[in-house]
Amino acid sequence: MLDSIFAAMRQSVIDGTPDTASELARQAIAAGTPPLSAINNGYVPGMHDVGEQFARGQMFLPDMMASAEAMRAAMAVLEPELKKQGAERPLAGIVLLGTTKGDIHEIGKILVGTLLTAHGFLVHDLGVDIPGETFAAKARELRADIVGVSALLTTTMRNQKGVIESLEKAGLRSQVKVMVGGAPVTRRWAEEIGADGYAKDAMSAVALARELMEQKSRSLAAEPA
Amino acid sequence: MRPRLELLGRPLIERVLAEAFQLIQDPGVRVAPYVVELLRSACIDVADGIAHIPLAQAQRLLALAPHEFFLYDRSGTRTVHYGGDHVHFDPGSSCLNILDPTTKESRPARSHDLVQLVQVAEMLPQFAAQSTAMVCNDIPQEIGDWYRLLLVLWYSEKPVVTGAFSASSLHTLIELLAIESGGYDALRRQPRAIFDVCPSPPLNWSEFASQNLVDLARNGVPAEIVSMPLAGATAPVTLAGSVVQHAAECISGIVIHQLARPGAPIVWGGAPAIFDMRTGKTPMGAIETAMLDVACAEVGKYLGLPTHAYMVAGDGKLIDAQVEMESGISAVLGALAGINMISGAGMLDFLACHSLEKLVIDAEAIASAQRLLDGIEPRTESLAVAMFAQTGLHGDFLKLKETRTLFRKEQHFPSAIIDRGLSHGNGTDCGILDRAGKRIEELLSAYQRHALAPECEEEMTAFAQREGRQAGLEGLPGILRPEYV
Repeated sequence: MLDSIFAAMRQSVIDGTPDTASELARQAIAAGTPPLSAINNGYVPGMHDVGEQFARGQMFLPDMMASAEAMRAAMAVLEPELKKQGAERPLAGIVLLGTTKGDIHEIGKILVGTLLTAHGFLVHDLGVDIPGETFAAKARELRADIVGVSALLTTTMRNQKGVIESLEKAGLRSQVKVMVGGAPVTRRWAEEIGADGYAKDAMSAVALARELMEQKSRSLAAEPA
Repeated sequence: MRPRLELLGRPLIERVLAEAFQLIQDPGVRVAPYVVELLRSACIDVADGIAHIPLAQAQRLLALAPHEFFLYDRSGTRTVHYGGDHVHFDPGSSCLNILDPTTKESRPARSHDLVQLVQVAEMLPQFAAQSTAMVCNDIPQEIGDWYRLLLVLWYSEKPVVTGAFSASSLHTLIELLAIESGGYDALRRQPRAIFDVCPSPPLNWSEFASQNLVDLARNGVPAEIVSMPLAGATAPVTLAGSVVQHAAECISGIVIHQLARPGAPIVWGGAPAIFDMRTGKTPMGAIETAMLDVACAEVGKYLGLPTHAYMVAGDGKLIDAQVEMESGISAVLGALAGINMISGAGMLDFLACHSLEKLVIDAEAIASAQRLLDGIEPRTESLAVAMFAQTGLHGDFLKLKETRTLFRKEQHFPSAIIDRGLSHGNGTDCGILDRAGKRIEELLSAYQRHALAPECEEEMTAFAQREGRQAGLEGLPGILRPEYV
């Protein structure tokens, strides 16, 4: 029985149907299904499937946006219930996202944020047209593990470097991993500006964020006590 | 008869314009504080940063924009004719990287790369204008825009398509142009450059873009609107819907511009593209992108305005059959559409990379497109009968006077880049990239810089050294030491 409910949840994300996703979440709560179980066994596998299909070119961006909406709709129902029960999802890391100064585009960034959330990261999205200093101030406030900087235009991708410089100025660079992305961004560009990683799409951003968290844990473990 | 390409036709253009006028009134256009008073002075309502432009005001101001104007070369000759069906090409602009001719890999561009590109483009008649083609990574970011203009003015006599990176630096670029032109009045009378100004899709004239529009108009320096709807992402997914958005962005820009100074020269231009739903990339070589360019220009032409588009660019990372197929097709389509300035040659990898090799190959595609525009002319009184009367059925047309007189008019002769079976020195041919490399060598060795008047050079270098020093720049990269003190 539970398996078929989880399968329906998974399918609601793949189909990108927010109404179905939230209704299934409500039914799960009413039936006494632990919210964490619904998230981890129903919705997250759905988002994972979507990410994989997208990476293989079998799903398209509008489909993925709809899946992200369905995921958000389910989480809007399940998260308050999680809190009520005093349960918590294991936190994969704290990620601060934003689009560089001068750039108002955020489709890619929204997808990255949704997939990261689906995979257990706590994501704070600063929005668009964000100066480097704002990234640094918010990273300090949130004690962010990762800062993700997006840019859609060749003219604004240069400002990704400015974000890294702001983090350096604020003395945060050693504590925060920086990942960059966006249509004109390349691995070479990421290396050149001193970012810790580059992700070509939302699914690889999740893999990168996990890898950066592992790197962070290793470097913390290596520090003298 | 000149061949033409039209994709919309009058009824659809009128629908596009009707919806564009509707959009700029409701939901309206986001504008910056810099232009709020200007708009209100024309009884255009601005609330919460959104301007609601009534149809009558938009039409009145559109009618003030000139239908044609010229860009001048250094000698004062009218070289670029914006208006009508005149077609010109210039290299793509503001690229961050260059495809290294040795490693065949993309790397950050430097001032030396821009200088070489300018010198090559200077030698190619296919390019009526230069562009500030690259962002030079060896130059501090805050002075990057005027410095690349300095290099173009230093090494080229052709008109320039350029742009500022910030509202404040625009004045530095204009000052530099005024020095080169012999004063602000001379620059206004015979503009050497045109400035690209980009609204942010959808329907947003940012502080930087708004201010550029106004300041360019007030300085009498031509502006080129580069509206960039990305179909399906920052604009409606349908091509027709994106053309509407492009029109709305252009009309609202012209409204601001003409309010600042009625009659100031402005161009209906853009770099629209589709948004690839698999990758989120914006393919400049996609046929739908070229269709958007053609359709957007068609709307501008309907209004009698000068036009611009971003074409002749490919999306692959290397110069290969894909990149050149994309670039060649869009060069031909842009020319057939009669677009006044077609920017983009030399660029690949979604506009992220420039290449000298691609620039010289694109020049061949452009030359073919230009030949196409000349069409098929009846050059003799009888088309064929009189020539047959001379040769009979022997078919010795090679001996005819007409053949010798007319073959140069009928046939375009490409450079050695195009393989037409001419021998290649030692008889081996390693392909088009090899031939392009040789062509670049030839062009660079034949290039000779024409110095400006000594007092002008002195003033320009003094200006550049003063401004550069403030940004921590040492010397003038890209300009040889003996050429300035």
